[in-house]
Amino acid sequence: MNRYPVWKYAIIVIALVVGALYTLPNFFGEAPAVQVSAGKATARVDTGTQTRIEEAIKGAGLKADLITFDGNSVKARFDSTDNQLKAKDAIQKALIPDTTDPAYVVALNLVPRSPAWLSALHASPMYLGLDLRGGVHFMLQVDMQAALNKKAESLSGDIRSVLREKNLRHGGISRNGQIIEVRFRDSATLDAAKKVFQEQFGELQTVDVPEGAEYKLTATIRPEAARKIQEQAVKQNITTLHNRINELGVAEPVIQQQGLDRIVVQLPGVQDTAKAKDILGRTATLEMRLVDESAEAREAEGGRGPVPFGAERYMQRDGRVVIVKKQVIITGDSLTDAQPGFDSQNQQPKVDLTVDAKGGRIMRDVSRENMKKRMAILLFEKGKGEVLTAPVIQGELGNRFQISGSMTVVEANDLALLLRAGSLAAPMEIIEERTIGPSLGAENIAKGFNSVTWGFLVIVAFMAAYYMLFGLFSGIALAVNLLLLVAILSMLQATLTLPGMAAMALALGMAIDSNVLINERVREELRNGVSPQAAIHAGYDRAWATIFDSNITTLIAGLALLAFGSGPVRGFAVVHCIGILTSMFSAVFFSRGLVNLWYGQKKKLKTVSIGTVWRPDGAGTVAAANGNEK
Amino acid sequence: MEFFKIRKDIPFMRHALIFNVISLVTFIAAVFFLFSRGLHLSVEFTGGTVMEVSYSQPADLSKVRGLVSGLGFADVQVQNFGTARDVMIRLPVQKGITSAQQSEKVLSALKADDPKVSLRRTEFVGPQVGDELAADGLKALGMVVAGIMIYLAFRFEWKFAVAAIIANLHDVIIILGFFAFFQWEFSLAVLAAVLAVLGYSVNESVVIFDRIRENFRRYRKMNTTEIIDNAITSTISRTIITHGSTQIMVLSMLLFGGETLHYFAMALTIGILFGIYSSVFVAAAIAMWLGIKREDLVKAAPRKDDGSMDPDDPNAGATV
Repeated sequence: MNRYPVWKYAIIVIALVVGALYTLPNFFGEAPAVQVSAGKATARVDTGTQTRIEEAIKGAGLKADLITFDGNSVKARFDSTDNQLKAKDAIQKALIPDTTDPAYVVALNLVPRSPAWLSALHASPMYLGLDLRGGVHFMLQVDMQAALNKKAESLSGDIRSVLREKNLRHGGISRNGQIIEVRFRDSATLDAAKKVFQEQFGELQTVDVPEGAEYKLTATIRPEAARKIQEQAVKQNITTLHNRINELGVAEPVIQQQGLDRIVVQLPGVQDTAKAKDILGRTATLEMRLVDESAEAREAEGGRGPVPFGAERYMQRDGRVVIVKKQVIITGDSLTDAQPGFDSQNQQPKVDLTVDAKGGRIMRDVSRENMKKRMAILLFEKGKGEVLTAPVIQGELGNRFQISGSMTVVEANDLALLLRAGSLAAPMEIIEERTIGPSLGAENIAKGFNSVTWGFLVIVAFMAAYYMLFGLFSGIALAVNLLLLVAILSMLQATLTLPGMAAMALALGMAIDSNVLINERVREELRNGVSPQAAIHAGYDRAWATIFDSNITTLIAGLALLAFGSGPVRGFAVVHCIGILTSMFSAVFFSRGLVNLWYGQKKKLKTVSIGTVWRPDGAGTVAAANGNEK
Repeated sequence: MEFFKIRKDIPFMRHALIFNVISLVTFIAAVFFLFSRGLHLSVEFTGGTVMEVSYSQPADLSKVRGLVSGLGFADVQVQNFGTARDVMIRLPVQKGITSAQQSEKVLSALKADDPKVSLRRTEFVGPQVGDELAADGLKALGMVVAGIMIYLAFRFEWKFAVAAIIANLHDVIIILGFFAFFQWEFSLAVLAAVLAVLGYSVNESVVIFDRIRENFRRYRKMNTTEIIDNAITSTISRTIITHGSTQIMVLSMLLFGGETLHYFAMALTIGILFGIYSSVFVAAAIAMWLGIKREDLVKAAPRKDDGSMDPDDPNAGATV
């Protein structure tokens, strides 16, 4: 009765082999590496890049242990951090001739040291969370209201120019939050304007509100258009974040949208967290507006008069006051690129700007009408605006134009960086931030590892002492549980965090419950005088229902945590749930296999090594405590 | 080895009333402390910034406190974290200044005083995230309770489900009561531990209920009290050994897991201890008072009533 058919043993063997294979990479540790990935959308990493990298490494007199290309990036592994740093310099020199415009990101990274055949099986070590490897985690919230307000503002500008083009006279366009109001003198123009709206502004829905003698048209952004704007705002912000992070040279950044309006950024292994925060935290938006050059504005600039209607007062970086019109020409949305460079004629530093087609059209119109006037570029950070620069428009501008004159090289570089940083569609705010130093990460690994190891050893020792051979089987089953748990986590590449390691320890502590149940049940059966073989059989059988019930309740708790948990709780819940599942396999199925293998063949089994089976009826006295070693 | 040499069933149910009164008193005390002192919520729930800095020699807390509050941050908490050289600084959320600037400012002030200080960890949580986490935590708790009750009602009977949930929710409240009384920091990890404990100690009740059901089938002549006593007695060794094993793991976390896992392990320890108590003394008694019957669990069995509500006794009957 205690025999497994061959296929059951086969399942056990397969599970063990697969488990061992996928657990194996965790033992090889990690080696320093240089990772090269594309820094721009136009740049591509391919086998050609790989050959160039190989040559660069050879040229520097270094030898890489392994160079791999995974479709997105090339990784070169080295034996020491010293060689890693040397190789990084060599590769950087070879691949990036122009440091102002890097096409590739050359970053330091750690890659698993596991042999090639394991990598070929896609067996890689567990993915360590930030709290175990150090790094930065940010959650950013995109300010959607601001994005919609801005869209409404730019739309009202568009309406103005379209109405002018069509020669439709209006009595004023104003924006009230996200509602655009256009006034007309007669109903004929209103009807004509309505038609224009339908043709050219599909994203707006209009309602005409007669107001006294005037005809008023209010336009609001359609909900579906608003949704699209929000999606685009998040997407654009993600792209901008990508670019900023590329400047940092992080090997495996994670930039993900979370929910409707949130972005999660994780930069593992970043050592200089202050710089990372500085670059990412620079949540800024950019606007180009005309400088108000009327007489009143000049007065206001000098502090002698009030700021004229329709204008605002801003400070330039050097502290000078600039009076800027409220109307926005283009926003950072339209700005696609900003690069520092040198003017070919006078060798002065300059910044080249590229805007998209729509922005180019607007720039052309505006610059034609405002020749020799000043245009201000404003950067808004956390609701506070600042004029970056306010150059004079020297000619008709198009898609590409430049800002030059009275700039040092450093200033040009800064300006270009700020312009790029400002091309965010909507302002973002950091709502969650976690920074873990690299030494703390290593300590956390050690702490988690020690907790699991010591707990495991003590439990196995106790089980073996208390239940003898059955205890030993339980211990082996527990080890198998750990093996499978690590293997599955490695396979899924789920993120392991410190709470995850705690869950691992807890899973082992709880998994032993199943074996205790079984062993106690077997003892009980023996105590009742059942033959050893039947006792084993009944013990496993009867315990199963209880084990199943109790694991299900624990699993319910685990799933609830998984569903509603975030951050550290999630890491805990994943391991917790997987641990429950693996424990059912190892504690029941696998340990039964061991017992069957050991005892199943013995037909005339007299004793089972399961520790003391004490019988109250053995003798009335306490001396009976010796029990029957059955 | 055999720790449990029990000759006769221990009459647990004879003193069920006393145990439940003890439970009730502890529960009320926990609720009282929860309301009077409140939980010391971690920055994850309240929002704000936590910084962990490390000095090369034992840190002078009052100096650090002076330096940080000198920067104009109100309501700053400075305390040791783990060792005397590690310091944890908690800053509340401030309007108009980003967390990055906040922590940067503090660090540069500390660096100016002692250049060897290093930043080990910072954590900033915005107030909106904190509220969400609290709401999600409550939702998770609700889902666990509902899920377990449905399962138990389906697997056993509603009386068992109610008994198990009452017994185990009271564990949860008691854990929270401890955290409120000692003003230990209640973090997300602790919340995870509390929910895990809930699932885990329901386990315990399930094992006993399982036995009760089995006994109802097996021993036709026993009344409900005897059946419950027998079920608890025959599972007591398993209860102690299992919880002991789990506690070994938790103890190992308490000893080696460092400060980060300290309160997590603490919550588990309290949860495990009270989990045993509530499953053994409380859950079964409530099920008994709710009037579980053989017919509820065993179909087509002769009616053997349980009218006797006499409470019973614990280990008194245990021998050697």
